[in-house]
Amino acid sequence: MSELIRFEKHGDACDIYIQGEVDLSNSAEIRKTVLGALKGAERVAVNLSAVEYIDSSGIAALVEGLQMANSRNKTFTLNQPSDQVRSILELARLDQVFTIV
Amino acid sequence: MNNNAESVINVKNLVTHYGSRKILDGVDFEVKTGEIRVVMGGSGSGKSTLLWHILGLHEPSEGCVEVLGKDIHKISFNEQLQLKQNMGVSFQSGALFSSMNVGENVALPLREFTDLDENTIRIISRMKLEVVNLGGFHKLMPSQLSGGMIKRAALARAIVMDPKLLFFDEPSAGLDPVVASEIDDLILSLRDTMGMSMVVVTHELDSAYKIADRITVLDQGKNLFTGTVKEIKQCKIKRVKDLLERRSRHELVTSDEYLKRLTEENYTLS
Repeated sequence: MSELIRFEKHGDACDIYIQGEVDLSNSAEIRKTVLGALKGAERVAVNLSAVEYIDSSGIAALVEGLQMANSRNKTFTLNQPSDQVRSILELARLDQVFTIV
Repeated sequence: MNNNAESVINVKNLVTHYGSRKILDGVDFEVKTGEIRVVMGGSGSGKSTLLWHILGLHEPSEGCVEVLGKDIHKISFNEQLQLKQNMGVSFQSGALFSSMNVGENVALPLREFTDLDENTIRIISRMKLEVVNLGGFHKLMPSQLSGGMIKRAALARAIVMDPKLLFFDEPSAGLDPVVASEIDDLILSLRDTMGMSMVVVTHELDSAYKIADRITVLDQGKNLFTGTVKEIKQCKIKRVKDLLERRSRHELVTSDEYLKRLTEENYTLS
């Protein structure tokens, strides 16, 4: 696990913490972690409070997480997105799609 | 705009010719991180030519063009390719491939320049279509789109790689005022959200006033004026005032000059 991602498992829930800059060079790692977590956990929360920059490939990884969670009747939330993340979600109207806590 | 921000484009003493005709004559031009710079000028003033040079599509006769710290005309082909992945362009005509649907057009740079998997590419390209308010239109062919939709689809393709620099050639030309205003709002949102720096070539004064941090006015290949919206409105340079009041060169010529133009065998524009 890199400094970019950290996760904690609590029973059937998993909290994923992402920090720093997410772009084409590392978004595949986010995607793999999110999709992997959804295979084992019923509830996955991705904490984005320490994300300084996220590009479209990073947002797409989160959308894929939501897609997978919905198809398996699991819960997927975005926790405390930073201002930059929130503004990008709003620009694409994804704030209406994700459950943001 | 932050005056202390770094330069992302730095053009120095740019001179270029088409044949024997000088199109750009010692142009200096600088854009800072996060700035929206509008370039205005009459037809033939050199504004599109300046854009082509910054994009690395034309070789200058003299001077240099630095983009993101690199002289775009002196770096290797591979370096240029890498640099261009940080540059999105929305052409006046849209320049969509007529044989591909809208979704395929928007996804094209991702397929060409990344190894993202197909599901991710589909999500990103459709997300960009949502951003430009074309959500759900990915299966339409370019021939089925209106002028405003073509411009928005071209913009979706220009931003699909999340470029640091975005270039527009007449983004709102030929659009009705409501759609033109929507494009302006979108340009401002992209700058504010993604921190993109932009160069916008336009004839549309209302649009320029709405979006510009600074405006550069070119005339006969020279940088006639650069300043903020407030500064250009107070500018006393006659040619700038004429441009803002939409007076053409035809109205400015004296009767003697006009007669010379019609009659002198060796007449050239001064």
